[in-house]
Amino acid sequence: MMKVDMKIDVHHLARVEGHGDIHIDIKDGKLVKAQWAVVETPRFFEAMLRGQPYDLAPTLASRICGICSITHTLCSLRAVERAMDVEIPPAGRLLRLLAKHAETLQSHILHVFFLAAPDFFGVPSVIPLIKSHPEVVGIAARLKGLANDICDEIAGRTVHPVSLVVGGVSRAPEKEQLKAIRKRIEDCMPDIRATVDLFKTLDIPDFVRETEFVSLKGDNDYPYIGGDLVSTDGVVKPEDDYLAMTNEYKEDFTTSKFARLSRESMAVGALARFNNNYEFLHPEAKEAAAELNLHPVNHNPFMNNVAQVIESLNAMLDCIDVIDQLLEQDLKLDDIKSKVEVKAGTAVGAVEAPRGILYHEYTIDETGHVTGANCIIPTTQNNANIHFDLADLAEWALAQGKDDKEITLLSEMLVRAYDPCISCSVH
Amino acid sequence: MKYLGIDPQKLKIGVFNFTCCEGCALTLANKEETLVDFLALLDVVSFREISSDKGKDYDIALIEGSISRDDEVERLKQIRAQAKVLVALGTCACYGGVNNLKNHFKIEEAVEIAYGEDKVETSKVRPLSDVVKVDLEIPGCPVSKAEVEKIVVDIVNEADIDLPKYPVCVECRRNMNTCVFDLGMICLGPVTRAGCDAVCTTGGVGCLGCRGPAEDANYESFREILKENGFTVAQAMERINFYNGLPGMVNDES
Repeated sequence: MMKVDMKIDVHHLARVEGHGDIHIDIKDGKLVKAQWAVVETPRFFEAMLRGQPYDLAPTLASRICGICSITHTLCSLRAVERAMDVEIPPAGRLLRLLAKHAETLQSHILHVFFLAAPDFFGVPSVIPLIKSHPEVVGIAARLKGLANDICDEIAGRTVHPVSLVVGGVSRAPEKEQLKAIRKRIEDCMPDIRATVDLFKTLDIPDFVRETEFVSLKGDNDYPYIGGDLVSTDGVVKPEDDYLAMTNEYKEDFTTSKFARLSRESMAVGALARFNNNYEFLHPEAKEAAAELNLHPVNHNPFMNNVAQVIESLNAMLDCIDVIDQLLEQDLKLDDIKSKVEVKAGTAVGAVEAPRGILYHEYTIDETGHVTGANCIIPTTQNNANIHFDLADLAEWALAQGKDDKEITLLSEMLVRAYDPCISCSVH
Repeated sequence: MKYLGIDPQKLKIGVFNFTCCEGCALTLANKEETLVDFLALLDVVSFREISSDKGKDYDIALIEGSISRDDEVERLKQIRAQAKVLVALGTCACYGGVNNLKNHFKIEEAVEIAYGEDKVETSKVRPLSDVVKVDLEIPGCPVSKAEVEKIVVDIVNEADIDLPKYPVCVECRRNMNTCVFDLGMICLGPVTRAGCDAVCTTGGVGCLGCRGPAEDANYESFREILKENGFTVAQAMERINFYNGLPGMVNDES
């Protein structure tokens, strides 16, 4: 091997949510250091949540993240509702699931096309693609527009939803609106299939590092909101035992915490959900996965982008099923929101955010105010894995004789593949 | 597009974020159908969420988030030195927003709650105007995309910039909603600046005042509304403190 010295420093990595740096040091062809450091300003939500009335806690939790605000709201609602023993009417659950799917779709499409894809086309952003690949940008704009509109119509807004409230949902869409959404999803099916075809043509780095994948465990369906926790190393725990699944620790060079389970690190996100819950995907999504050479358990972190495409297709198919169920039900306020009575308690909510499993745990007192809060974010659970992947990736790339420019790009692509949400991780 | 072979002047714009969720920047990137037309007016030189290009040369700086660490003060001052027009984008930048809730705790206490024994550098949360001169404030949590686009176009065309002066109630009535007070909840709409199309009350929940006070916000009659509906000022303050957007309302009840 050639004797090479390399120093890679990426300051405030672009096309990720939040501020993070990559540092890689190579001396005489040997890796000395590979670091993923989160430098975003911490915000102290666990302190800010203290003293909030139960109904404002989810509104505040939403502000942890601009991309996955619907998930944070749903996770916070689940913690509050489990703490106060609030039941959600079935139609309220379905409407929440519809909002959840729409957020997954908008977040995955944003990531796959706007954040990750420019690397595959060798351009700095999606803006030059508007001219060079208008058909690709068109697909992205239509799918993301669809997802944003569903969020707006079901949750009141895409960024920071308004009508997801303790007890259910505060405003139901009209049946006509639901029918219109259903038609638009069907009209957009060719776009998501074209996305699958596009991904067949992309050159995805063939890098593998064996990893433990953690997600919610499906019972009968692909899991999104609540339930048991599972890992590809065979660990299964109830939702309330989330701390035994995350085992957070802190390193000096980063403001964000790290996490581990059976190994030095673990991964959460689309690939983790796919690896743990493949059997519950729609048959059509399974077929698409096979076409893209994605089979469980897959250990290539770059395939997270592909898993996001498969989940986008699956979410669209599931939206149609959910809407069909909603169309058969009454959607008056009593059907979508239950009466809420204040009660003291402590509980956990676990929800699959687009980037991986998210936990909120609250203690609520008899006046209905939060007295303690803990939030564990998907990116926090991925930070250590990104960190260890970077070291292996740098060595793998060096062995193939890649230069510092190529290694820089590969490292950036690796971090982006995890779709990190750094603002979230320094909540 | 060229006119007689000459490129018309495009305003160079940079989008920056400080202590925040980046929801305002993302709101601008959403709804791609208008994004392309909007971008045609501008030369985006720095927008880290969507591009790895990093330009240092910009006329308008749109700044999201509040200030809560010393390095942010320095970075903000550098942007101020470069920008011709500095715009505070969103409630965090304008008033401190939800981040302001941290100021109810001592710094050591907040660090202890969120990070335990670990040392984390942080300071009191401040809006941008506590650190640098702000030319324009566009509130909202998140901002309204239509409003930001209109204002940026007004800046490009050197037209007058106007935020609505009337309260949220005006837009809420226009949307034919049942008053949130009649649904048994507190709403800050009577004293909050409109321009959001009453999105929260239309969604069936009370306004939390993210857009700051309406002009001539009448706090006395708001107290009356609270009383008539059986709410205390303390209950309203709990909501006002959420965004810190209505400093004119004070708790005079003991």
